[in-house]
Amino acid sequence: MSSDVALHIENAALRRGDRELWSGLDLTVHAGEFIAVLGPSGSGKTTLLRAILGLDRLSEGTITALGERVHRSGNRRIGYIPQQRPLARDAALRGRDLVALGVNGHRFGIPFPRRADRDRVARLIEAVGAESFADRPVGELSGGEQQRLRAGQALADDPRLLLCDEPLTSLDLANQQAVTALIDRHRRETGAAVLFVTHDINPVLSRVDRILYLAGGRFMLGTPEEVLDSRVLSDLYGTEVYVLRAGDRLVVVGAPDADDTHHHHHDDDEVLS
Amino acid sequence: MNWSDVWDAMFGGISDYGDILALVSNSVIAGAVLGLVGGLVGVFVMQRDMAFAVHGISELSFAGAAAALLIGADVVTGSILGSLIAAGLIGWLGARARDRNSIIGVLMPFGLGLGILFLSLYSGRSANRFSLLTGQIVSVQSGQLGWLIGIGLVVLAGIVLIWRPLRFDSLDPQSAAARGVPTTAVSLIFMLLLGLIVAVSVHIIGALLVMALLVTPAAAAMRVSSGPVAVPVLAAVFGFVSAVGGILLAIAGTLPVSPYITTISFAIYVVCRIVGARRERIPRGTRTGTSKATPA
Repeated sequence: MSSDVALHIENAALRRGDRELWSGLDLTVHAGEFIAVLGPSGSGKTTLLRAILGLDRLSEGTITALGERVHRSGNRRIGYIPQQRPLARDAALRGRDLVALGVNGHRFGIPFPRRADRDRVARLIEAVGAESFADRPVGELSGGEQQRLRAGQALADDPRLLLCDEPLTSLDLANQQAVTALIDRHRRETGAAVLFVTHDINPVLSRVDRILYLAGGRFMLGTPEEVLDSRVLSDLYGTEVYVLRAGDRLVVVGAPDADDTHHHHHDDDEVLS
Repeated sequence: MNWSDVWDAMFGGISDYGDILALVSNSVIAGAVLGLVGGLVGVFVMQRDMAFAVHGISELSFAGAAAALLIGADVVTGSILGSLIAAGLIGWLGARARDRNSIIGVLMPFGLGLGILFLSLYSGRSANRFSLLTGQIVSVQSGQLGWLIGIGLVVLAGIVLIWRPLRFDSLDPQSAAARGVPTTAVSLIFMLLLGLIVAVSVHIIGALLVMALLVTPAAAAMRVSSGPVAVPVLAAVFGFVSAVGGILLAIAGTLPVSPYITTISFAIYVVCRIVGARRERIPRGTRTGTSKATPA
């Protein structure tokens, strides 16, 4: 396999009970590629990312990440930005400490402070523009500020593969752009590949190379022009779906929830606004 | 009871204070170790939202100790066995917070009931009965005190060695797993250490009052600080002051140790809450004061 392949997924399938979410998924992500993963909730996007990290298992298929077959759980060479969720207000955790967890949180042994760690944390905080709030308790920070710090934590080991699980959820427009920009900058500066799960394609549309769209028990892989098309998505969902252009934003209308036979809270996924 | 009786109960032994202190010096050391370690462990108890689990473990620890008392076995061993069984069950069945609380809610009355059954079957010295529930460190035999101190030091070493992965898993479990922290193993080791320190606390302040040293000091520290070093250091200091201060005050009179410990740790918490609330109010007040006009 050529060294510029960051991620290689072969013949992957995911089933929940007797329901098939997708199968026959082959995906090769090259260094520096930005891939958006779209699809309604319950279509296995998060499971795909967690499988790449070795935390969940696919029903079928093999994954090779950064030249290594995924076999154990967790991988420090892969950067991971989880979905934004509020951190406890009194968690005894400042912004700086959240980043530091990425640098030395995995180490066992007596927690002696090290100068090299401190410098690394300072550089990461600078890289994500978090200097002004790094010393405040995380519970007092806004969602956007927390997400920047999570990005800083994910970049701790200078990863060549970055997995982002809806990092923009519940952020305002300015923060969506800021977080996207710093992920994209890491990609351009280091040639890292990015797999970016999102409900909303618009904040990342200008940076995306390819889109992996999971829906209707199947998937579609291609450039944004190929995938974000009324005919293509109607075919994928098996029902009439419209991709509309509203100014410079794309909106998908009429897409059913993948999970509508199950009890599942229906959020706003039929509109990709 | 009039005031002079109260005075006697509290300070009647003051004239012989030096002699009493020499007699209970091992108890003071045990209290000091428990205070320090309890404060440190408490930080993780708070971060992992396990205050209720501490209570559940302590009731089963009490049942274990009561069973040991009944069959004439070693009480410390009994309490450790009870603790570890409870900690193991809670760690194994209650990975998620909601499951955990229901399991604890089920275990706790069962443990307490068992303990009371064993105690009522026990025909030995009746002072022993009550001390498991409400504690009486000065009545613990010196051989057992050595064990309690030793176990406390083992827990201290364990918690220091897994400090960073445990902290990562407590504060940010998703990222910890993604970055290869063995979260299941770390959680189980923590439950084991928690079980051991709870068993020690049962003998020192009693099964019903364990939280005063395993929850309150850490909760107090978190009101006034959020630093990764400051919080555990403060929690350990608060635990130490409560435990040692409580014993030193109690031996001046005839009252039991536990109410002194619980009162000191509660007082520290109240002070920290006031300090923390005042500190929070000042920056907020100035921030809103400039942006919002207050209606007259």
